[in-house]
Amino acid sequence: MIAELTALLSHPLGQMIAALAAVMAFLAVNGLVLLYAERKVAGFIQRRPGPYEVGPHGLLQPFADAGKLISKQLVTPMGADRLLFWLAPLLSLAPVVVCFLPIPFSPVLTGMNINLGLLLILAFSGLNTLALCLAGWGSNNKYSLLGAARAVAQSVAYEIPLLLAVLAVAFQVGSLDLSAIAAPQTKGLLSWNVFVQPLAFVIFFISAVAETNRAPFDLPEAESELTAGFHTEYSGMGFGIFFLAEYSYMVVVCAVATALFLGGWDGPVFPGPWWFLGKVFALVFALMWFRWTFPRVRFDQLLNVCWKWLIPLGLANLAATAFLVKWVR
Amino acid sequence: MKRLFQTLKGLWSLIVGLKITGVELFKPWITVHYPRQEVDNLAGYRGHIELMPATDDPLTPRCIMCWKCVEICPSRCISLRMHATGEEPGAAAADPGLLLAPEVKSPYSAHLAPPPDKIERVLDSYRLNYSLCSLCGLCVQSCPVDAIRFSRNSYLVGTTRQNFDLDLLARLRNPVDASQRHNNRPQA
Amino acid sequence: MPQDVTSRLTGDYYTAQFGPRLSEDGDTLVLNIGPQHPATHGVLRIIVELDGEYIRRAEPVLGYIHRMHEKMGEVKTYVQYLPNMGRVDYLHALAWNWAYVGAVEKLMGIAAPPRAEYIRVITCELNRINSHLLWWGAYLLDLGAFTPIVYAFADRERIMDILQLVTGSRLTYCYFRFGGVSADLSDEFIRRTRDFVADFRKRLPMYRGLVTDNMILRGRCEEIGVLSPEMARRYGATGPVLRGTGIAYDVRRAEPYSVYDRLDFEVPIGKNGDAMDRYEVRMEEMRQCLRIIEQALEALPAGAHLSPDLPERFIPPKGEVYFAVEGARGKIGVYLLSDGGPKPYRVKLRAPGFSNLSLFAELARGTLLADAVSILGSLDLVIPEIDR
Repeated sequence: MIAELTALLSHPLGQMIAALAAVMAFLAVNGLVLLYAERKVAGFIQRRPGPYEVGPHGLLQPFADAGKLISKQLVTPMGADRLLFWLAPLLSLAPVVVCFLPIPFSPVLTGMNINLGLLLILAFSGLNTLALCLAGWGSNNKYSLLGAARAVAQSVAYEIPLLLAVLAVAFQVGSLDLSAIAAPQTKGLLSWNVFVQPLAFVIFFISAVAETNRAPFDLPEAESELTAGFHTEYSGMGFGIFFLAEYSYMVVVCAVATALFLGGWDGPVFPGPWWFLGKVFALVFALMWFRWTFPRVRFDQLLNVCWKWLIPLGLANLAATAFLVKWVR
Repeated sequence: MKRLFQTLKGLWSLIVGLKITGVELFKPWITVHYPRQEVDNLAGYRGHIELMPATDDPLTPRCIMCWKCVEICPSRCISLRMHATGEEPGAAAADPGLLLAPEVKSPYSAHLAPPPDKIERVLDSYRLNYSLCSLCGLCVQSCPVDAIRFSRNSYLVGTTRQNFDLDLLARLRNPVDASQRHNNRPQA
Repeated sequence: MPQDVTSRLTGDYYTAQFGPRLSEDGDTLVLNIGPQHPATHGVLRIIVELDGEYIRRAEPVLGYIHRMHEKMGEVKTYVQYLPNMGRVDYLHALAWNWAYVGAVEKLMGIAAPPRAEYIRVITCELNRINSHLLWWGAYLLDLGAFTPIVYAFADRERIMDILQLVTGSRLTYCYFRFGGVSADLSDEFIRRTRDFVADFRKRLPMYRGLVTDNMILRGRCEEIGVLSPEMARRYGATGPVLRGTGIAYDVRRAEPYSVYDRLDFEVPIGKNGDAMDRYEVRMEEMRQCLRIIEQALEALPAGAHLSPDLPERFIPPKGEVYFAVEGARGKIGVYLLSDGGPKPYRVKLRAPGFSNLSLFAELARGTLLADAVSILGSLDLVIPEIDR
């Protein structure tokens, strides 16, 4: 039995399947943990307890939420395009699993050692935009359509600064492999890329907030304007899957930021993966902190920030990096 | 150049905002964690009205049945039954009806104060329809003998509308039913 | 293309009245904001015709919370009508109390004793701070910031506890009576109010740092919903909406009532008439309320809280009267027509929100949907007051 398992795991396909299974388990647990953390952080910032009743200090609240979502009736609105309507949540969640594969939790603990890891992540996270588009169109609801239109424009616009920031780091290191980018940052705190490329980090983080539709860039779900934007018509698990996908994307972009800028698995005393997770969740906490502090940015101002500020700065950063790299070589 | 300065000032304002919420994150809760803690801001709280007992007999209300509270209530919440000695119980009654129904006419409407006659009257029932009451206090203020006051019954709950049809005479005579518990100190 | 639902709904009178579309090719989208909507402050329905994100036409539809207060005025006696006034605009209930009580006192020639006047000023100004705090929190909630409303409610709880001490209520006050107020202030009230004034002064800079100076909020409020003084006059706007355009009209200064002519306070005005100016006017008004409360507490005379020589039954002589006060939203007016009987012949309630809302149809034209939400919030509407 053990011998067969070992043989299976040494085969690359077997490794990939094991990695996918582990990632799916991680995403499920992550969804529950982040759900609880978000509500508790929101509570404490607003000086109230947050969930408290279900389980000690509300620890079982995510299970109650999950149970509620699973048990709800799946309603398809009248006139909705059935295929597109129900394809959208699946299309939103499925690519995330793949996005986790190239992420280097430690030099050894990487789902898939691929030399185009960054490209893989960027490509698959772009499918989220398509999912939002399908959700808005397939709902047969004017609010959803408006929300989806906003979401698509926002996502497409912010892909560019994201890419520019990532490219600057890739130029510096000379590779798109996340493990290769994280490896040189293990020589102590000051070797982290955030000190070499602070502007790229800021641009990346702001674009990440916009890509994951989190406040202050959460117009597609603007509750007070469009009821719920593109996921107005989804009930029960349809909404649950969008929800899970949003939290998973948050972790993906924070993990990429950690690998690119914050030294990946670098850190004293504790083994690498714990430092990696710690940094990822510190960035996720920062995302939650932003959500509960800032009001929403208006749509044209959002696009202005992207086109007038982030893209020129990103280009300038990239040009400077390219110049410095060439000159140093 | 001025644009750049404005943008930097704006970005600094965002950091200031984050600092404020960051500090608030570690401050204690300002909500009262009911039922593990009790609220402490019930000073002056107006619960439903209750009958005050007479000074010599705690089971008799002070009410002199002048019907002023019944007349003045804007929502016609109070209903009262009384009889004079020799009459049937509930001979004179005020039952609230729709607001557009004919006026409540007390036996003393034409007079400014209850007539000083010597006929004994007995209060048969005094009910409050709490679902209509707006806690305005006009009844409490109009009573010439301070026979009614606000209770502090802040934990009144019910599952049917009948739970809020309060029999205040029974409450005076039997103050140990469920609605009496919990923080039910009368107003000073 | 999703089906045009409005063309199938023939039963809705207002949608039918909205009229033919502005563009024949079906480029525009007709959308309902409300009546169930998180951003409309009460049950307000606005039918908008959108061209992409821009509003081409907007029509508010009212009446979803019409409770017939003016009819109730004809059926109840003068005293029985008092609790109604707390419910018209529950956020500044004491101002509506004052408008009605002032009208009847004017008609009957009753004067409240000086202590009662000062008590009225103190409680009404506390209520005004309450109202502005809730407006502030709700406005930011519309704009997407979820925490300032909770901070505002913490302050509101303190004021509501203080007012509960003396009025017995927390929101819908029925405290004023003809000829004074129904209960006197206690020492605890005065002590707690003084403490609150001192603490709140220290809290206002935190609100400024968290919200008012915030770059994102300024982007949402500056140059949005610019109202010219001429347009404000045309629609009869009052309150911070009018003062934001630069016209310094405050009923407490223009037609002083009670003891306001003896109190020293400023009337803040704006410059451009945009949403940010209205916002700043209300924040500054809160600070001025604190000044007024302090002065009134200092000057509080001893005496009765209710005039001792009041008639047994309130039956005013035949005649008509109009009395106006400055509410948090603007000029609150009560017109009473008495025919000499125990009940009014006619009560007309002038709600400031009604005139302020009527601006919206013209103001929202050509703006983005997100801006329309911001404008609606900056007008500080309470729909129950508008529908009465």
